[in-house]
Order: sequence, then C-alpha cells, then structure tokens
Amino acid sequence: MKKLLIPLFALVSAAGLAATLYMIFYVAPLERALFFNQKVFYWHVPNWFVLFTSVFVAGLCSAVYLKNRNAKWDDVARAAGELAVVFGAIGLVTGSIWGKAAWGHWWKWELRLTTSLILWLTMVGYVLVRRFGGAGSERLAAGLAVFGVVNVPLVYFAVKLADALQQESAHPQTTVANQLTGSMKTTFQLSILTFFAFYVLLMLVRTSAIRDERRVRDLRERGLDAGILES
Amino acid sequence: MLTDRSTAARPPVDWGTTGSMAPSPALRTGFLRTAGAVAAKDLRVELRSREVVYTMAFFATVIVVVFSFAFVKDQRALIEAVPGVAWAAIVFAGTIGLGRAFDREREGDTMRALLLSPAPRLAVFAGKTVAITALVFAVEVVVLPLCLLFFNVDLGAAVLHLALVLVLGAIGFAVVGTVFAAMLLRIRSRDVLLPVVLYPILVPMIMAGTKATSTILTGATGDAWFWTQFLAAYDAIFIIVALWTFEALVIE
Repeated sequence: MKKLLIPLFALVSAAGLAATLYMIFYVAPLERALFFNQKVFYWHVPNWFVLFTSVFVAGLCSAVYLKNRNAKWDDVARAAGELAVVFGAIGLVTGSIWGKAAWGHWWKWELRLTTSLILWLTMVGYVLVRRFGGAGSERLAAGLAVFGVVNVPLVYFAVKLADALQQESAHPQTTVANQLTGSMKTTFQLSILTFFAFYVLLMLVRTSAIRDERRVRDLRERGLDAGILES
Repeated sequence: MLTDRSTAARPPVDWGTTGSMAPSPALRTGFLRTAGAVAAKDLRVELRSREVVYTMAFFATVIVVVFSFAFVKDQRALIEAVPGVAWAAIVFAGTIGLGRAFDREREGDTMRALLLSPAPRLAVFAGKTVAITALVFAVEVVVLPLCLLFFNVDLGAAVLHLALVLVLGAIGFAVVGTVFAAMLLRIRSRDVLLPVVLYPILVPMIMAGTKATSTILTGATGDAWFWTQFLAAYDAIFIIVALWTFEALVIE
C-alpha cells in the first residue's frame, strides 16, 4: 500500500508543481493593483496553509502521544514538526520577497507576520530539542508542541490588540482568496491541492524514515541489553 | 514535611498514573498540604543559602545597568525603554533562577524522590510553581524600582496596579517555566534548550507585561487594565494546560 502511495503522491506533486508554475505565469492574468508581484501568492498562501496544518498535526499527535505513549504518534509529530519548519522558512522568505516588492521593507511588525514568526520559532525550538536533546527529549518536544499550539491564538490576539492600539494591518486580507474568479481561481485551487499532495508525500517519506530510525535504535538497545552487540 | 507524611489522615494513594484527584475533601486538603509542603521546602532551602535570589537579583541589576547605558540620549535615559528593559531583565534573570532551582533537585536526584513519593504529582507541580513565583517576584521587586530610578520615572499612585501586573507576570513565567524546567532535568544541554523552548511560549506574556507597564507609566489606565486582564487570561490558560500535561510530561 505504502509502496504504491509514495510514487503516486510524488507523481501528483511533480505534475502539479509543473502545472501550477505554467498556469501562474502563462494562464492567470496580471492582478489589477499589484501586477506581477501578486504571482507569489499562488505559492505563498498554500505554503502557509500547509504550515498551519503541519503545526496542528504536530500538536495533535504530540497530545495523543503524551496520553497513550505509543511511539507511532511521536514519529508523525516529529515529521510534522520538521516539515513545519521547512514550510515556515519558505513562507517567511516568499513573504519577505513580496514585502520588499510591495512595501519596500523586507519585514514589518505586523499581525500575521509576527504571529507566524513566533509560531515558526516555536517549531524551530521543537526541532532543536529533538535533534540535540538526546534521550528523553521526545516528551519535552511533545510538551513544547502542545504548548506551542495553545500559544498561537494568544500570540495572535496579543499582537492584534497591541496592533489595534497603534497601527493598521498591512498584510493583504486572506478573504481575498474567496473572491478570486476565472483562471486565477483555478490556478490557486490547483496550487493548494498540489501543495497538500506534496505535504502528504513528504510526511509519508519522513515518517517512515523516522520510524525506521527509531526501530534501529530500539533493536540496538535490545542487542546491547542481551549482550549480542558490543558498544 | 516528614511529620506530614506520618499522619494517619493521609489520603488514599493513587500511584500517580492519572490525574489522581478524586473529589473527596480529605484528598483536597492533602493536595493543598502537599503543595504547601513542597513550596515551603523549596523556599526554606533558598532562604538558608539565598543563592538563587542573590544571583538572580544581581544578574537582573547588571542587565538593567547595561541597558540603561544603551538607551541614554542627551545624558538622560529614555523612559520609553523602561518596560522593555524591565521585562527583558525579569525574563533573563528568571530563566537563570529556574535552571538553578531545578539543578538543585538534580544534584541530589531529589526530583525523582519527589515524584515517587505518594503525593499527587500535580501537588508537587503546584508547590514548585509557587516557590518559583515567589523567587521571580522577589527579583521583580528589585528590578522595577531600579528601572524607575535609573530612568527617572515617577510612578506615584499606580504602584499597586504595577505590583499586580508583576505578580501576574511572575505566575505566568513560573507556570510555563516549571513545566519545561522539570522536563529538561533529564536532558543534556538543558541550559541552552531552556531559553530556546521557553521564550517563544512566553512571548504573549512578555508582550502583555510590557504593554501593561508602559500604559501604567503613561497613565492610560483603561489600556493598562485591559493588558492586566490579558495577563490573567494567559496565566489561567497555561495553568490549565500545565495541569493537564504535567503528569504525562514528567513521568519516568
């Protein structure tokens, strides 16, 4: 089953990425107000959708892992955490490029930017803990993921309310996505589907790699305990 | 604490697999008594050596002094910088104190003993949190007046409101900090990882604390109360999350 799924999703995401790239530049029309620099949205927005999904998956799987101690959930959480960092980095970079073009600044301390930066930092912390924490870091990382997910709305409201006291929001409204028409809409939807297919593919690959890593580690420990292996 | 354990009235023991508080009054007093005992133990240890309080307070003082050099303009320190400087000093010094307070447990391997003892784990958590809140508050009491002094701020009647903000900030810091510091006990490179995991989660608290302090200093009482309430909400939310996850997180 999995042997079939991975090539399938690989094929779908490769074809989808190629197709969206073509549609973004040759099919979708130029936007009236933003012209060419609106094109980055077709990848920037789905990218953030994937990031938030990934963070949510990491938080949920961590919570389940803390409850039932089944390492399978931890494998999924770890893969999701790592992918959240990757997609977050892409989102921050594409966003900054757009910001430089549209605002003239690489960065603004604005509601969505600040919230997603904090969220991304949390996930970087998660990956650092997993990587350098050594034995016993799974639970700390799981706790961090749960706290991080709970923290998202708090950061959002803190920045929003602090924002309301001094400056207006500069990031384009996300509701714009619902008002797209024609080939813009098709391109955007195809892009979202492609990114999620790509995400599922990466999740499948990474989760199975992490699971194998863990199994090898467990086997090695059992071998050491039984005296078959020498350290 | 020892006498406490030997009393016959000690509640029936759940060996710590679940949220072990059944709604019987005896158990509830047991919870409070255990939490009180843990907090009293921590504070007594600290009062005898005063190691953490002195080092934390001095560290915070140094941070405030360094920052006040950095924010001097026309031979006067900028008032706008006060909230940021104060909260940065509190959080940095708090992290030092947090690490040290739990190092003490690790050196004697007493955290395991505490968790193995037939006391509700959440009571241990509550006791530790109370002790750390007290430590952080002690540091805040040093830092804030120092900031006001160096930055020439006249506070006047708002001092009580500011004290409330500081208490709420100390509680929030202690709740999140205790959970993470307790988890980090068994992990190598914990000194580096504590700030890495702690600060992103503390961001809303730092933001609200800074906002509350600056609005108090400028006299915008309405906004100040709003941010005080935000701090209280932050504390409440993370107390719930911490109580919900603590046992699963520290279990051996």
